[in-house]
Amino acid sequence: MPQNKALGRDLPRGHERTPLTTAPDPGMNISDRRISNAVVLEVTGRIDNDTCEAFRLRLAPFLRECTGGGDRLVLDFTGVDYISSVGLRVLMLAAKQAKKQGGTVVLAGLHSVVKEIFEISRFDLVFQCFTSVRDALAAAAPRALAASERA
Amino acid sequence: MRVRFWGTRGSIPVALDSAALQAKLVEALLKASGKPLRSAAEARQFIERELDFTGSHTFGGASPCIEVERPGASPLILDLGSGVRGLGARDVGRADRPRTYNVLMSHMHWDHIMGFPFFAPAYVAENHIRIHGCHAELEHALRRQQAVPSYPVAFDRLSARIEFVLLEPGRRYDIDGIAVTGMLQAHSGDSYAYRLEHGGKALIYATDSEHKLEDPRESEAFAAFFRGADMVIFDAMYSLAEAVSVKEDWGHSSNVVGVELCQLAGAKHLVLFHHEPAYDDAAIARIWRDAVRLEEITRGERAPLRVSAAYDGLEIDV
Repeated sequence: MPQNKALGRDLPRGHERTPLTTAPDPGMNISDRRISNAVVLEVTGRIDNDTCEAFRLRLAPFLRECTGGGDRLVLDFTGVDYISSVGLRVLMLAAKQAKKQGGTVVLAGLHSVVKEIFEISRFDLVFQCFTSVRDALAAAAPRALAASERA
Repeated sequence: MRVRFWGTRGSIPVALDSAALQAKLVEALLKASGKPLRSAAEARQFIERELDFTGSHTFGGASPCIEVERPGASPLILDLGSGVRGLGARDVGRADRPRTYNVLMSHMHWDHIMGFPFFAPAYVAENHIRIHGCHAELEHALRRQQAVPSYPVAFDRLSARIEFVLLEPGRRYDIDGIAVTGMLQAHSGDSYAYRLEHGGKALIYATDSEHKLEDPRESEAFAAFFRGADMVIFDAMYSLAEAVSVKEDWGHSSNVVGVELCQLAGAKHLVLFHHEPAYDDAAIARIWRDAVRLEEITRGERAPLRVSAAYDGLEIDV
């Protein structure tokens, strides 16, 4: 499975990634790992017309567990090169579902182009966006951060 | 084709209020401080060179109306929003009366028809007004807004010869030398985009349209309709975040989707239109700058897409 070299560079150590249950999309890939009460999804590639459905399907099981007393979800976008309006719509649906369930979804590691797309589309007002996964965990799942730093 | 924007605001007309005008004056006076402005010409030069768009202009507040002008041909008017009042006032004093006006209606919502009772050429017996559109209710909607108790002059008392021409979406029509094709759009009660072709140039008028992002076939169909257009006038009323959340199903689109569709279509010039009435000049200018920047950072190997924001009084040759 191709991995972006930037993946996980600021992630807490000691947690194995779960293998994908579906074939990876050549344009977009997601790997996940659990850290205590948080799940970090490392997304790489482009989220556009060709990949948004795979993105939505891959997100769905994690969103179901993203509830008030359940998992905190951190989307690590360090390896995302581009996101189009259709990809942003999938994120909006995720935010709505999480809110309805009392859950928390935050983003981390948006690089310059994707960060600008978030600002232009005003999605920076929809999601809390953190510079790093560590900062995201500190804000959304401090227990997970503490657990990872003990590991 | 010369495209002249008479009204660019969506939903309801608005006006620059005194506080906003004074804020512009304060900014201009501060920037002019210490500069020797001794004549009107020097003052105009200062405005042109030293002030940005929001300091020297306003986007305006008339509701949708665009004129497509060609030498020796009758004007083609896109929608009869409040902006058409100014167009009519211009023509009342013209020497070349009587005139024929061809009108093309995107849909019959209030902001797109409200100018017609104030369109002075409709009160001149020798004029001929041909109103085209894909809506079955073209005539009903215009008659109803002038019926008692909404307006003092009944539609039947308009002196000009007024005709209604129902168009079928997807069919190509000749309207005084311009090839016109309509396309259904997602909007409450339906709206229609139009592709206008003349002299090897293509102009798209696509206002009051929500683009359903979950259906890729929809995007492909619009990209095909916009294909290679020299100008796309596009509903950019909301931010993308608004358009897919709190204002979902409100029937409007965003600057982001405008840029994406034009890139997909290989269009040359995107003109943001149907500005949100709640936005001031600074907010609309930001939407425009954002769209310019989005085009830059997502251009890749494509040819550059020019991006403009329409304002009342803007003229662009296509």
